[in-house]
Amino acid sequence: MTHGLTDAQFYEMVASFLGPFYVALAVMNGLAALYIWRTGQTRGWFSVPLPLVGKKIQITNAQIWLLVATVFAILGALAWSAGSAVAALSLPSLWRETINKSTGPVIYSVGTTLGLIVLYFFRSFFVRPAVAWWIWNLMWLFLGLSMTDRDFYEIVAKPDNVPIVMLVFLLAFFTWLGTSQAVENDRRAERGEPPREKVNDEKVLVWPDLVYTELICMIALTAFLIFWAIALQAPLEEPASSVKTPNPSKAPWYFLGLQEMLVYYDPWMAGVVLPSLIVAGLMAIPYIDFNKKGNGYYTIKDRKFSYAVFQFGFLEMWVTLIVLGTLLRGPNWNFFGPYEYWDAHKVEALNNVNLSEAIWNKLFNMSLPGTPALENWPVLLRPFGQFLGLLFGRELPGTLLVLGYFIALPPVMALTVFRKFYSRMGFIRFMVMANLLLFMAALPIKMVLRWVFNLKYLIAIPEYFFNF
Amino acid sequence: MPSLSDIVRESQIWKSVFRHPMPVDRRNRIVVMLTNFFLHLHPVSIKKQGIALSYTWCMGGVTFFLFLVETVTGVLLMFYYRPTVEWAYTDIQMLRDVHSLGIMREIHRWGAHAMVITVWLHMYRVFLTGSYKPPREFNWVVGVFLLLLTLLLSFTGYLLPWDQLAVWAITVGSNMARATPFLGHEGPGQQLLTLGGVDMITNASDARFALLGAREVGEETLNRFYILHCIAIPLAVALLLAIHFWRVRKDGGISGPL
Repeated sequence: MTHGLTDAQFYEMVASFLGPFYVALAVMNGLAALYIWRTGQTRGWFSVPLPLVGKKIQITNAQIWLLVATVFAILGALAWSAGSAVAALSLPSLWRETINKSTGPVIYSVGTTLGLIVLYFFRSFFVRPAVAWWIWNLMWLFLGLSMTDRDFYEIVAKPDNVPIVMLVFLLAFFTWLGTSQAVENDRRAERGEPPREKVNDEKVLVWPDLVYTELICMIALTAFLIFWAIALQAPLEEPASSVKTPNPSKAPWYFLGLQEMLVYYDPWMAGVVLPSLIVAGLMAIPYIDFNKKGNGYYTIKDRKFSYAVFQFGFLEMWVTLIVLGTLLRGPNWNFFGPYEYWDAHKVEALNNVNLSEAIWNKLFNMSLPGTPALENWPVLLRPFGQFLGLLFGRELPGTLLVLGYFIALPPVMALTVFRKFYSRMGFIRFMVMANLLLFMAALPIKMVLRWVFNLKYLIAIPEYFFNF
Repeated sequence: MPSLSDIVRESQIWKSVFRHPMPVDRRNRIVVMLTNFFLHLHPVSIKKQGIALSYTWCMGGVTFFLFLVETVTGVLLMFYYRPTVEWAYTDIQMLRDVHSLGIMREIHRWGAHAMVITVWLHMYRVFLTGSYKPPREFNWVVGVFLLLLTLLLSFTGYLLPWDQLAVWAITVGSNMARATPFLGHEGPGQQLLTLGGVDMITNASDARFALLGAREVGEETLNRFYILHCIAIPLAVALLLAIHFWRVRKDGGISGPL
């Protein structure tokens, strides 16, 4: 996309985006300051002593946001002036190098998980409007400062990747919106008050209260779509050719979480079984969530378990995997840092081993047991016999582990951590939940096994396309 | 002297369409909801918190509106598009370079991406407010089907421009199907399905073949995806949407604390 552009041409192109971008951020902060001031939410944050006059000046939140707006306005002006100024509006190259070098699938996945855990436990801090607004501003600033990096721009500004950037910001906003209401409702519950939604339950007529809201939403959305359609042209690459395989070849962005799972599982798991289980598991949610509380209002404390499972599944295992698969996976599905050039010749050593190889070759110093010949078996039954022979012969260690995981763990769970759940859910519902949870956990477990032990497959029967 | 708007509103034509005076008083604001086909999806009155934007995020409504946008722009695009290997790419090129309605393609594509996002956000909101809990369990299930169909709509539409991006994305996506257990020709258990030593599941009879209509993404696939994208899936979505909205009303309207 930026190929064939000189640096000056590239910066000119970025400037035409960054100018309006920073001005929009300035307006956003200016409006926030105005809103705080007009609604009487001005608070003094700290005071600055003036030694000459001998007085102290109160600095308020509205003034700070106005200052932030001014900074963005200056950045906008610099960006618009184009030329060499735009190049200066970037993260220091040392930072970018460090980010590139220190990131990888492990850091990324563990880091986002830890981030979510921190956000969860300190949620009452992070939902405070001032804190959330700082983070919101920093996210946009990070995007703006990164756009002047050619490699970053190349990936993020790809037309079909723009929705993912939008998704990230929208999810940040709506997660804040939902969590802040949940935190408030939980506080109210502690004081013995009903949730906020209960207070506001007077009835109003749908005409005009709802139909006008809908009309305004439709007009705003139409305007937004037309703006988007004019600003960004839909991609159209070269005509299809079955001989020129692009590298990387990627599915549409919303399936890239599944494509990322291919690193850890074979297609039959990552492409068929796990997606089917995601759909089935979503459908099962209302029937396995026996908790009657938390119906019709935002809350976390009333339904901690279901909340945590869903958030982990949606935000971590669906959305962040999509972001990883789309923005950080390059040629040959290798990991590339956000500011790294997508070099098709980058080589990553793959020295993953199967559990059976580790056990027979390394531990017992033997060669792998072979496939049973079963010559006197009927032809029709021979594949069954050979498959089972491999499963309980060569692959016995992995088979035992997997069977133990799916068959022995549910009863253990029912007797220990999920004792109360089991007694309230009954056998079938508990088994459905336990197995769905185990399948869900199978992905992070396999990830960790890969990172720590270079494990390829627990059960490896490529003869029958059965690798797990 | 009566104003023009009075004359129009007193005319027989107007009165035959709108069977009540302007909805400016309480009575007529109720009547309008009951007599207008497009408004009768709504109840007459509603709890104030049920329509608070901070509660609903408006994402279900936005998704439905995007579906309507996709339908209208999609119909317009169909006028200019022929789903054949020979013409598909050229027709899209013409939409970009020649036709004045070409912007419809941008609106259609970005609207489709937006719809995928808003349907996720709608599900997210419904989960966070626990709105899938009784008596709304089944409507959540209908919603999951709609989510799945939205993704399939987007996926089938992705192929239609017939450029490198389209063909390889669909190739990568549909390659998964060849690993379907028992039903894919590279899936576990495939060798177990043999008749007299002949494989029943081959690359010309497996799940991937059913999806593509051929061994590789080609002419048959384009035709198949076009029909799925323009007719089969939209019809299924329309039916499920009707059920989804109907159930919202029947299950007690928008959720709220008991």
